[in-house]
Amino acid sequence: MKKVMKVGTALLLGATMVGLTGCGHKNIPAGVSVSNGGKVLNIWCWNEEFRSRFNDFYPGVAEVSSDKATTTLKDGTVVKWTINENVNNNYQNKLDEALIAQAKAAADDKIDMFLVEADYALKYVDSDYTLDIQKDIGLTKEELADQYQYTKDIVSVDGVQKGTTWQATPGLFAYRRSIAKAVLGTDDPDKVQEALANWDKFDEVAAKAHDKGYKMLSGFDDSYRTFSNNVSAPWVTGTTVNVDKNIMRWIEQTKAYTDKGYNNKTSLWDDGWASDQGADGDVFGFFYSTWGINFTLLGNAGEKGFGDWAVCYGPAPYYWGGTWLCAAQGTDNADDIKDIMEQLTCNTEIMESMTRDQEIQDYTNTISGMKDIAEDKNFGSDFLGGENHVALFSETAEKIDMSNISPYDQGCNELIQRAMKDYFNGNVDLDTAKQNFETSIKEAYPEITDVAWPT
Amino acid sequence: MYALKQREITEAKIRTVAAYVLLTVLSFLCLFFFYILLINSTREHVDIQKGFSAIPGAAFIKNLTNVAHDANVPIFNGIVNSLIVSSFSAILSCYFSALTAYGLYAYDFRLKKAAFIFIMLILVMPTQVSALGFLRLITKMNMEDTFFPLILPSIAAPSVFYFMYSYMQSSLPMSLVEASRIDGASEFRTFNSIVLPVMKPAMAVQAIFAFVTSWNNYFIPALVLSTQKKKTLPILIASLRSADFLKFDMGKVYMLITIAIVPIIFVYILLSKFIVEGVTLGGVKE
Amino acid sequence: MKNRVSITADDVMRDSGTEISMSDTKTVKNKKVDYSKWGYIFILPFFITFAIFQLIPLASTIYYSFFEYYRSGLRDIGPTFVGLDNYKTLFETDLPKYMGNTFILWLMGFLPQITVSLILAAWFTDVRLRIKGKQLFKVIIYMPNLIMASAFSMLFFALFSDIGPVNSFLVDSGILSKPYRFLAEVWGTRGLVASMNFLMWFGNTTIILMAAVMGINPSLFEAAELDGCNHRETFFYITLPNIKPILVYVFITSMIGGLQMFDVPQILTDGTGGPDRTSMTIIMYLNKHLFNKNYGMAGALSVVLFVVCAILCLCVYFSMNGEDNGKSKKRRDRDKL
Repeated sequence: MKKVMKVGTALLLGATMVGLTGCGHKNIPAGVSVSNGGKVLNIWCWNEEFRSRFNDFYPGVAEVSSDKATTTLKDGTVVKWTINENVNNNYQNKLDEALIAQAKAAADDKIDMFLVEADYALKYVDSDYTLDIQKDIGLTKEELADQYQYTKDIVSVDGVQKGTTWQATPGLFAYRRSIAKAVLGTDDPDKVQEALANWDKFDEVAAKAHDKGYKMLSGFDDSYRTFSNNVSAPWVTGTTVNVDKNIMRWIEQTKAYTDKGYNNKTSLWDDGWASDQGADGDVFGFFYSTWGINFTLLGNAGEKGFGDWAVCYGPAPYYWGGTWLCAAQGTDNADDIKDIMEQLTCNTEIMESMTRDQEIQDYTNTISGMKDIAEDKNFGSDFLGGENHVALFSETAEKIDMSNISPYDQGCNELIQRAMKDYFNGNVDLDTAKQNFETSIKEAYPEITDVAWPT
Repeated sequence: MYALKQREITEAKIRTVAAYVLLTVLSFLCLFFFYILLINSTREHVDIQKGFSAIPGAAFIKNLTNVAHDANVPIFNGIVNSLIVSSFSAILSCYFSALTAYGLYAYDFRLKKAAFIFIMLILVMPTQVSALGFLRLITKMNMEDTFFPLILPSIAAPSVFYFMYSYMQSSLPMSLVEASRIDGASEFRTFNSIVLPVMKPAMAVQAIFAFVTSWNNYFIPALVLSTQKKKTLPILIASLRSADFLKFDMGKVYMLITIAIVPIIFVYILLSKFIVEGVTLGGVKE
Repeated sequence: MKNRVSITADDVMRDSGTEISMSDTKTVKNKKVDYSKWGYIFILPFFITFAIFQLIPLASTIYYSFFEYYRSGLRDIGPTFVGLDNYKTLFETDLPKYMGNTFILWLMGFLPQITVSLILAAWFTDVRLRIKGKQLFKVIIYMPNLIMASAFSMLFFALFSDIGPVNSFLVDSGILSKPYRFLAEVWGTRGLVASMNFLMWFGNTTIILMAAVMGINPSLFEAAELDGCNHRETFFYITLPNIKPILVYVFITSMIGGLQMFDVPQILTDGTGGPDRTSMTIIMYLNKHLFNKNYGMAGALSVVLFVVCAILCLCVYFSMNGEDNGKSKKRRDRDKL
């Protein structure tokens, strides 16, 4: 036993020594550092989506290497792609370490540009590691004017915009025409929209659908975003989590739907959820955004479901998905970044061509461009029975209000849905579910001290 | 005497039947998962998303060509990288663990007990927390994006060491070592030519485990490797799984998982032969 | 036969009079003090490698457990020395519940695993039991271990989902009136975690035990057969005592593996720890603190887990090996008489 002690002390001593030398850095980059003329432009992302848009649509591309690892630009700069898949938070883990080490890295190894998603965008935007795209990079207010406001709000802090995107991802309610006819007597998008114009009406239709043997929604999370995007205040103020009334409304509605049998108790992306969209599904509709309708839903609906679907606005505007470009502190390729951002996120012509590309169909971040398509009589989706979905998207996109975003959204949104699942399933009562949410949010964010529930 | 023998024979029969029943049930369970894995690699993405099927789809060739022609997923490189990392990890961890175990088993020295307890303590220590510290360390050592941090640490594998040590306790008679010393062999020679052959079954077992663990490891290689052509198979599978909605294809994911399993089955069959062979060798030596 | 606890090499030596020297290692080693430097040389690579790659990260784990040190966004908070605050906070949480979960999940998988593995290992190594295709079975039972845990759990999801084949079978055959929602039920989730662990690891344990049995000196079995032992007696008096070190190994490593159980429940429950955190294991809980790089809390939790694990393992190790020493000592005394 004595020897155990000796080994123990030796270990602790070693640890103390390591600790004393190891806690130097404080993660604060010194001032704004931007320069030009770098030979290598490092772009970090988690999949190849942006790389393929870049290689296909950016006019400055001269040559793409055979393994796609690099893209040479016409000015001779080499774009080096670093793709770290985001499984187990791997992308953010590596990106964070690289950004923190950025100041010490050689010029050609420094990250110049990286991509983020909405739920954690503010983590980077609200830090000194990202650059002001107007003041530091040089985009103008006029150039950005044609972008949807909500896409700018998501990457802005105190009015300073620190990211930009080529996509907008407004969401709609996609419903099955045949079930709409059976329940409401019509499948006309305008009339269905009228019947689903707000949550009270939505609940009434759910009851009617139930009487006819249908389910209104597939599972627990389907309507979540439509509620959470319309909260009246950010999730966190100071060190207090404020659970919004709208979130409580989602909890009430989902619990009621579950208990009354208005849904099939599925979760997003599970096999039950996907089959509910298939030919034998009994679900009235799904909340889906731009990318989800013409790819995911179309695939799940199969041949039999082709033409049996339509879209309407639904009870409230919301968005789902999207990818933003950020310029990194310390870049030596500011001019290239400016041009890339200009061409891919501010150039109406280029973005419109992405939307019209049948292989891509991205809904792009250009108000005027999307209006053009919305008014295009020839534009429509056969899958949706000829409906021009872009027209509906463009209406919704302008109404989305994301000014209440907070850096804690990823954690709060995920954790409240997980905690409430036990309540919906009847494993715990509401108070226990609330308690579990409080526990898990404090684990995720140690600085959180209180959770306030609406009374 | 005859009755006794008769009873023995019936008993043996019952035992054989019981063995077959249990083995069949277990084999069914084990193979069933491989079966659905294979089935899923023949199915279209949307069908897989909708759940289970026992009947193969028609997309096997399609999934295979999709995976093979995906420039983002260099499978050939992936297989070679995985083979390099896993083979070296397995060899190093087995050899050096056996060496360490032998050092503690066969010799008496002052720090022996302390060293043993120290290794056992490392074995018990949870390592999850230190992963990011490890990343920072290898960045400082300029080893990021190389195979060294994935291979070299396996020299210090406490659980392999402990297995070797236990195996020596039960199967390595010191008389063998004595005999070799009397023959005038050096200590290293004794270890390499007398001890290692006796340890063959243990080495083969741990080589298999070390190889498979390394082959399927995602977390640390994903932290260390960044260049596409240096990535190991689990990272490539993960990259297929984190593809954007346009490219996301579970058929490809299952195809790559299936492809990734084939080499380890061969390695396993190859190494498992030594588990038997080693014994006869060791037996003959005595 | 009754008073005879086990047959070991010593007994065989005495009984058959053969000159197999399996004498107690200690007596040999005492004579060879001058070899001691080789002991240091042989264990050196291990300790150098450990010092280079693992010592600093491991040591800082312990060090930071006394600090407030986490990341808020990209900003580091701390490290500020807080003494034992992290430990205090830790014991105010549901830690005992997570320890209980971990223990239950481990036991549910380990008990069937060790039973089946011992039986299989005995069968596979029994020359008197003729099983056709033995080699094939040996390959098959190890195969689940070859599948990545994440891939394995995707298959489990498909099988046990609300609309999966298991539920269709249970409903179609009239056993259940409506689908059993496995992952929404406490024991459903725990059962799936345990069965997945069992399937993934029983082949592994079987192979270890098989290798151990193979390492037993064949003359022991021959002697037992000459003595007229049947297979059950052979198993209990020859096989088990002789593979004891490996059995202790299996027990200890499985206990460590069980206490550090992470990937299977993490993936199956999507990190939530199942209904009402009833499948949350200690390491899953630790992983929650790593989300924001909370090295203080994660370090404290590691240290607590380390201490619990070390105490358990030392108890198991010394009780099992201590018993062994006592027995051989007794036998030596008996021999003297």
